[in-house]
Amino acid sequence: MHCDLVIIGGGPAGLAAALSARENGIEDILILERDHYLGGILNQCVHTGFGLHTFKEELTGPEYAERYVNMVLDKKIPYKVDTMVTDIAPDRTVTAMNKDDGVMKIEASAVILAMGCRERPRGAMNIPGKRPAGIYTAGTAQRLVNIEGYMPGKEVVILGSGDIGLIMARRMTLEGAHVKAVVEIKPKSGGLVRNIEQCLNDFNIPLLLSHTVTKVEGDNRVTGVVVSKVDENMKPIPGTEVHYDCDTLLLSCGLIPENELTRGANATMDPKTGGPVANDHLMTSVDGIFACGNVYHVHDLVDHVSEEAVKAGAFAAEYIKEKRGN
Amino acid sequence: MDERVIVCIGCPKGCEIHVKYEGHEVIEMTGNTCKRGEDYVRNEITYPLRMVTSIVPVEGGEFATVPVKTKSDIPKEKIFDVMRELTHVRVKAPVNMGDVVLKDAAGTGIDIIATRSVK
Ligand SMILES: Cc1cc2nc3c(=O)[nH]c(=O)nc-3n(C[C@H](O)[C@H](O)[C@H](O)COP(=O)(O)OP(=O)(O)OC[C@H]3O[C@@H](n4cnc5c(N)ncnc54)[C@H](O)[C@@H]3O)c2cc1C
Ligand code: SF4
Repeated sequence: MHCDLVIIGGGPAGLAAALSARENGIEDILILERDHYLGGILNQCVHTGFGLHTFKEELTGPEYAERYVNMVLDKKIPYKVDTMVTDIAPDRTVTAMNKDDGVMKIEASAVILAMGCRERPRGAMNIPGKRPAGIYTAGTAQRLVNIEGYMPGKEVVILGSGDIGLIMARRMTLEGAHVKAVVEIKPKSGGLVRNIEQCLNDFNIPLLLSHTVTKVEGDNRVTGVVVSKVDENMKPIPGTEVHYDCDTLLLSCGLIPENELTRGANATMDPKTGGPVANDHLMTSVDGIFACGNVYHVHDLVDHVSEEAVKAGAFAAEYIKEKRGN
Repeated sequence: MDERVIVCIGCPKGCEIHVKYEGHEVIEMTGNTCKRGEDYVRNEITYPLRMVTSIVPVEGGEFATVPVKTKSDIPKEKIFDVMRELTHVRVKAPVNMGDVVLKDAAGTGIDIIATRSVK
């Protein structure tokens, strides 16, 4: 099967890239999304704060996503959901699979990577203690609460003060949980000040800077954590341990671009961003493979993701048309 | 006269706004970048407002839940009253983005609307 432009990921980056490529004259486009719906991570970001630049109004994540999804449906751009891309070869053969089509090999004239990012898992963090149930990344908890409608716990400690952690502190509080503290190893929060204000201060949730979780207690389920102060080198200071009873520990320790596929395509990676190296046409080191959105580098604002994706779509269209001319 | 530093939540910039005020009367305000910040601070010293977002269960839809929000800001002190009322709300699919799922939430006069369509 051949396709002019295959877009991997149906989040805001993939959707905006598809629209832009279509506007620039590419008809034969296919968006591949592993989830059951388009819109990407925005579907679980039910809070407001999206679209101030793009739509000049403050939208929730799902509203921002649905506006783009509607534009894609309106333009009749083909897409497949529940479809997992498993490989991208350097010659731009994309391997994907789903229940209906089985395994597909698609030879693409150009590919746009728009796989987004994910959270650093606990493994990257080395907290002593067993691995009882009740430990989630903040993003997983966000999905459970907002999409599945399931509350993962009642007494919560959050490690890391990234925006998703702050947003979840408020979200869990609104749903009746008691968030005992947000613990941040650095002397300053990595989250936006507006989120510290409206997610923590509004609900009197303490933010413990220069602190970290030094122990997780509990055999089958988390029963508590030990929190310690850290010195300038982020080493725990003995004697400063404080115990918190809790049944849930959320981890919000930063995002990393999701680039297994990119590496598989032999693209040169940038160790600083965790994403692929790209030129000023957003093309990676692999001819005809472009990248945009959080897979390229982590963006704080979805509006910037959409803007970048518009460019990627246009550059990919230009590339495809040039190739055709040859 | 009172003095406060208020972090504006109007946009990701998060301006630190210094305000001097007497009762409900603003005497001096510095640090805001735009008019939204000015309005926000005026509200904060008189009658703080917030948007509330949450989810409600959906019956017979492709998803278990539909995300919702207050159609506009509500008094901050009413947040938990609104949340309590929302625990009793259930909707049936299909739901369209913008549909009202609860009228006049907790006596605020503000409706709660769906922020996603669920088929
Ligand atoms: C948990 C979490 C919460 C966030 N919360 C916020 C927030 O509150 N506010 C904010 O501004 N930003 C938030 N972000 C950042 C947010 O990701 C961006 O604003 C925006 O959604 C990025 O768009 P994207 O299209 O690059 O990525 P995404 O929205 O992540 O979309 C990527 C899509 O690619 C799909 N995909 C990945 N791999 C494959 C594959 N192999 N095959 C097929 N499909 C694949 C994924 O399923 C996903 O739908 C959050 C990020 C995360 C991880
Ligand atoms: S004052 Fe204006 S620019 Fe500053 S945070 Fe508020 S809304 Fe944003």
